Amino acid sequence: MARITYITPDGKQVVVEASGGSLMTAAVQNQVDGIEGECGGVCSCATCHVHVDAAWISRVGPAGDAEAAMLELEDGVNSASRLGCQVPIRPELDGLTVRVVGR
Amino acid sequence: MIVGGGHAAAQLCVSLRQAQWPGRITLVCDEPSVPYHRPPLSKSQLNPGADSSLQLIRPTDFYAKQQVGLRLAQTVRSIDRERRTVDVGQTKLSYDTLVLATGSLNRRPPITGIELPGVFSLRTAADAEALRAQVQNAQHVAVIGAGFIGLEVASALRKIGCNVTVLEMANRVLSRVTSPAVSTYFESLHREHGVALRTGVSISMIQEKEGQLTLLEGDHSLVCRADLIVLGAGARPNDDLARLANLEVNNGILVDEANRTCDPAIYAMGDCCNQFRPLYQTRLRLESVQNATDQAKIIAAAICGLPLPAETLPWFWSDQYDVKLQIAGVSAGYDQCVLRGVAEPGSSFSAWYLNQGRLIAVDAINDPRAYVVASKLILRSARPSLQILADQDRDLKELLLSGTKTYED
Ligand SMILES: Cc1cc2nc3c(=O)[nH]c(=O)nc-3n(C[C@H](O)[C@H](O)[C@H](O)COP(=O)(O)OP(=O)(O)OC[C@H]3O[C@@H](n4cnc5c(N)ncnc54)[C@H](O)[C@@H]3O)c2cc1C
Ligand code: FES
Repeated sequence: MARITYITPDGKQVVVEASGGSLMTAAVQNQVDGIEGECGGVCSCATCHVHVDAAWISRVGPAGDAEAAMLELEDGVNSASRLGCQVPIRPELDGLTVRVVGR
Repeated sequence: MIVGGGHAAAQLCVSLRQAQWPGRITLVCDEPSVPYHRPPLSKSQLNPGADSSLQLIRPTDFYAKQQVGLRLAQTVRSIDRERRTVDVGQTKLSYDTLVLATGSLNRRPPITGIELPGVFSLRTAADAEALRAQVQNAQHVAVIGAGFIGLEVASALRKIGCNVTVLEMANRVLSRVTSPAVSTYFESLHREHGVALRTGVSISMIQEKEGQLTLLEGDHSLVCRADLIVLGAGARPNDDLARLANLEVNNGILVDEANRTCDPAIYAMGDCCNQFRPLYQTRLRLESVQNATDQAKIIAAAICGLPLPAETLPWFWSDQYDVKLQIAGVSAGYDQCVLRGVAEPGSSFSAWYLNQGRLIAVDAINDPRAYVVASKLILRSARPSLQILADQDRDLKELLLSGTKTYED
């Protein structure tokens, strides 16, 4: 089980508890604004773009090659960018905060 | 009132409520489940060892929370445009605005014996479940049709150890959607993974004897035997209701830029409709998640009286083995194809399609970078430098900088 805080593009905080899936599926299940998950989580749509809180970047880890390529030309991309569907929820992520970039 | 409960329908519910639309929403769908992701049905979902639960587009409680009335496992049989009602069998339901999102139907080629119990097709969760239950006992599977769904099924079944034969009527795989170079690549890929692939074969008859199926060609000569057959012979728009209601239909329900049909109270979206696309200066009927989602956003804006969103780029993906194909744009009508990289299994490459110098589409194979750069260029109607395109040592991002001539200049 991990508690994840999402900060939506309009500044709302949504706290979600999840024990599986990804940062994308947990957000969709809890109706977090700005995360659409259009491709269902196969790294093809970039509608699940988040910024990982600075304190968490090393624990969450960097984007993979394909993911980084999908992010490269997205609006709002920076070194804290991840695609939510590529970050599996795991117990170590308990307490994580991410900012939803949205489109 | 939304007829059909797939990708487009789910997105319309989301977008209408996001825009704070206060009206009543009713969703009528003949399938028993709330809307789910269809692409995994021919990919991960076919593996009997994998999780069989459907991947829902929005969780079940979303619909109650957003006050969407669900009428699942109910079929709309006809539309009465004058009275503004739809017939769902037992009762008639009235509407102010009707949205048709009925998707597409699998084509059934004229093959004698196509009705035999060992012959499966794949469109719904129920189809996938039926197929999944049978593949466990099947040694040899024949796939008729080498479109995306046929090839994805072949890949999924090879992964779980079935012997797979793919039979395609045209002289190459994916012939309707891609260039010969990319077709050849996918043919090698499947052969390398042990698929027996034959093109230019037109199956005319299937016979069954003690559970064994025999596939026969035109003159009734034996093509192969199989325990199970999967049809992947393409789809046609499910525009039957619209036709019955005398709406304008021509390869899909004809809609305007707001996805409105010729009846101002009726919209249509997704696979079932056909729309003029300014980017391509032609009417297109697309079968993709992107198209269903984006057209739902257009209709939500139209219903709420908001400005229509800007035209978006068609895109599509297909996963086969460890290969991800990403398509940006629509390549139909290209007059030039430039390859970047080598089109061989094991490598990543991209095929760039141009029409009179203007970039119209890209097929990117394990190359998301080519895909994202192309996506930007196509929307700008760019005329990229062919030297940069074909030279893998040049950074594709150069194409995005000034110096790229655009359609307008
Ligand atoms: C196996 C498979 C794999 C795919 N893979 C990909 C992929 O990788 N990438 C991609 O972009 N696209 C893929 N697609 C295409 C994509 O799923 C479709 O383009 C998309 O689902 C279209 O959405 P839609 O809402 O228009 O229709 P659908 O999602 O097909 O939904 C239509 C719904 O309406 C219901 N319906 C029809 N008539 C009636 C009626 N009279 N009354 C009540 N309900 C009715 C149908 O049963 C269905 O539930 C795939 C499709 C299939 C079948
Ligand atoms: S859900 Fe499509 S890229 Fe993450």
